[in-house]
Amino acid sequence: MLEVRNLTRVFGSNIAVDRVSFSIDRPAFVGIIGRSGAGKSTLLRMMNRLTDATDGEILVDGSNVLAYRNADARAWQSRCAMIFQQFNLVPRLDVVSNVLHGKLNQASTLATMFNLWSKADISRAIDILDRLGIAEQASKRAEALSGGQQQRVAIARALMQDPQIILADEPIASLDPMNAQIVMDTLKRINTEDGRMVIANLHTLDTARQYCDRVIGMRDGSIVFDGTPAQLTTGVARDIYGADETFNEFATSTKISGPQAKAKKRATKLELQGLT
Amino acid sequence: MAETTTSAMQRADIETVREDYLHMAQRRRLYSGVLILIFAVLMISGFNTADGRNAGGFWDGLHRLGDFPADLISEAYAKAANLPGHVLNALPALIETVNIAAVATILGCAGGVIFSLLGTRGLAYWPRLIPVFRRITDVLRAIPEVVVALVLIFIMGGGPVPAMIAIALHTAGAMGKLFSEVNENTDLKPVEGLQSVGATWGQRIWLGVIPQVLPNYFSYGLLRFEINIRASAILGFVGAGGIGYELKNALTFGHGKFDEAAAIFLVLFLTIVAVDQLSSSLRNYLTKGSF
Repeated sequence: MLEVRNLTRVFGSNIAVDRVSFSIDRPAFVGIIGRSGAGKSTLLRMMNRLTDATDGEILVDGSNVLAYRNADARAWQSRCAMIFQQFNLVPRLDVVSNVLHGKLNQASTLATMFNLWSKADISRAIDILDRLGIAEQASKRAEALSGGQQQRVAIARALMQDPQIILADEPIASLDPMNAQIVMDTLKRINTEDGRMVIANLHTLDTARQYCDRVIGMRDGSIVFDGTPAQLTTGVARDIYGADETFNEFATSTKISGPQAKAKKRATKLELQGLT
Repeated sequence: MAETTTSAMQRADIETVREDYLHMAQRRRLYSGVLILIFAVLMISGFNTADGRNAGGFWDGLHRLGDFPADLISEAYAKAANLPGHVLNALPALIETVNIAAVATILGCAGGVIFSLLGTRGLAYWPRLIPVFRRITDVLRAIPEVVVALVLIFIMGGGPVPAMIAIALHTAGAMGKLFSEVNENTDLKPVEGLQSVGATWGQRIWLGVIPQVLPNYFSYGLLRFEINIRASAILGFVGAGGIGYELKNALTFGHGKFDEAAAIFLVLFLTIVAVDQLSSSLRNYLTKGSF
């Protein structure tokens, strides 16, 4: 389905992504982890053609999407949706309009300028919002929504594209734990119910373990781990993040679980107070 | 919490959401259609009215649009050998014009900074007087430079100084407005930080605001410099000296001096290009720290 070969991106003297190769043969939920600057975002942006690759190939069903130009490249972008950390919605437009943007690739510029969408498209947008549980927000401006709701609008825009692949660049990094869970559950549902491949950059290990079928670890632009969540032990994580024995993922984890839940919650609270 | 994502709304509810939104979309479409129609009708009828009042008529005159430039260029082309000489002759007048513009820009921008700082909400020293300073800049902008220059020339006689004062006053008004818009977009957190250590108003502005707004001030100032070169050239037409005076003489003479006019247009154009190039590299330097 998707095969990345020797993908490389150089910014000046800095190699952001260094000969990355992997292939995904089914609509899996793939997580990419690694510290800031490891090249995760650049990798996703190259797949969506937001950033040009310096070298390498991305083969989707046999054809190299990096070779597409202009209209072909835009058509590929519409088949490969992107979800951003800061949602990247148009704040002053209403929620349904933002979702309809998922169809821009099929709409003419003139029709778009006069906001002429077919009844069927508007209906579908509202259905998608309903599926994500935010249909009642349909006519509000995007900026009036909470972060978690905005991210679900962004997911709805992605679904409006009817994409083969959904790329999510730190989709929950600016959300509180509750909203983060809603967004991750939504992505997982899209993955299992619709059979769309999801590739997500994640910055918390427990999220990667809980939601992903496969985890890719990046460090300094290269892949240093590629395996199942079960193989992602603390030792492996230390390698990926280049950390020593003092690294303890639970120190910053927001996981609320089992019998420790109360103590953990208190610890998180204390930590937050310490931080702010 | 997780259930809220999976539980869809009741069928009836979702139908109302759908209908409400479709109604809203239709209403908006109707409004924009009506607006476009009104706009088109106003434009067409307004054009016809204006054209009816014209002495000549837009369509009758349209084919003569190229006559003057064609005359000018053909004569200048025929006497191309004279051009370098005319350019050299025009240089002293050009320097005078650019000088008027430069001095007026510097003085006007200085005034504009003061007006803008005193007229911005959240920064002003006397918050109650904000409307007063804003109205002063309005007045400065409202009076055309030519009018101020004519009055000053009447009082002080012709020359570069009245032109400089006229342009500086207008610049102070225009920059007061633009700079205060820049000021409104400043991040007030550094100002608050400085306030928290007990800084005076002057210190807060100088250390908290100016570093943020300086690149924008500069780029607006350089844009204004370009505009002022053109303004000071125009003021030459009313007797304020500089290259405008030479241009007026060449143009009113008509055929025979068009080569001189072409040379003046050429140096004016080159000056504007040079200032534009200079200001864009300066702006790059200010925002990125390197040319």
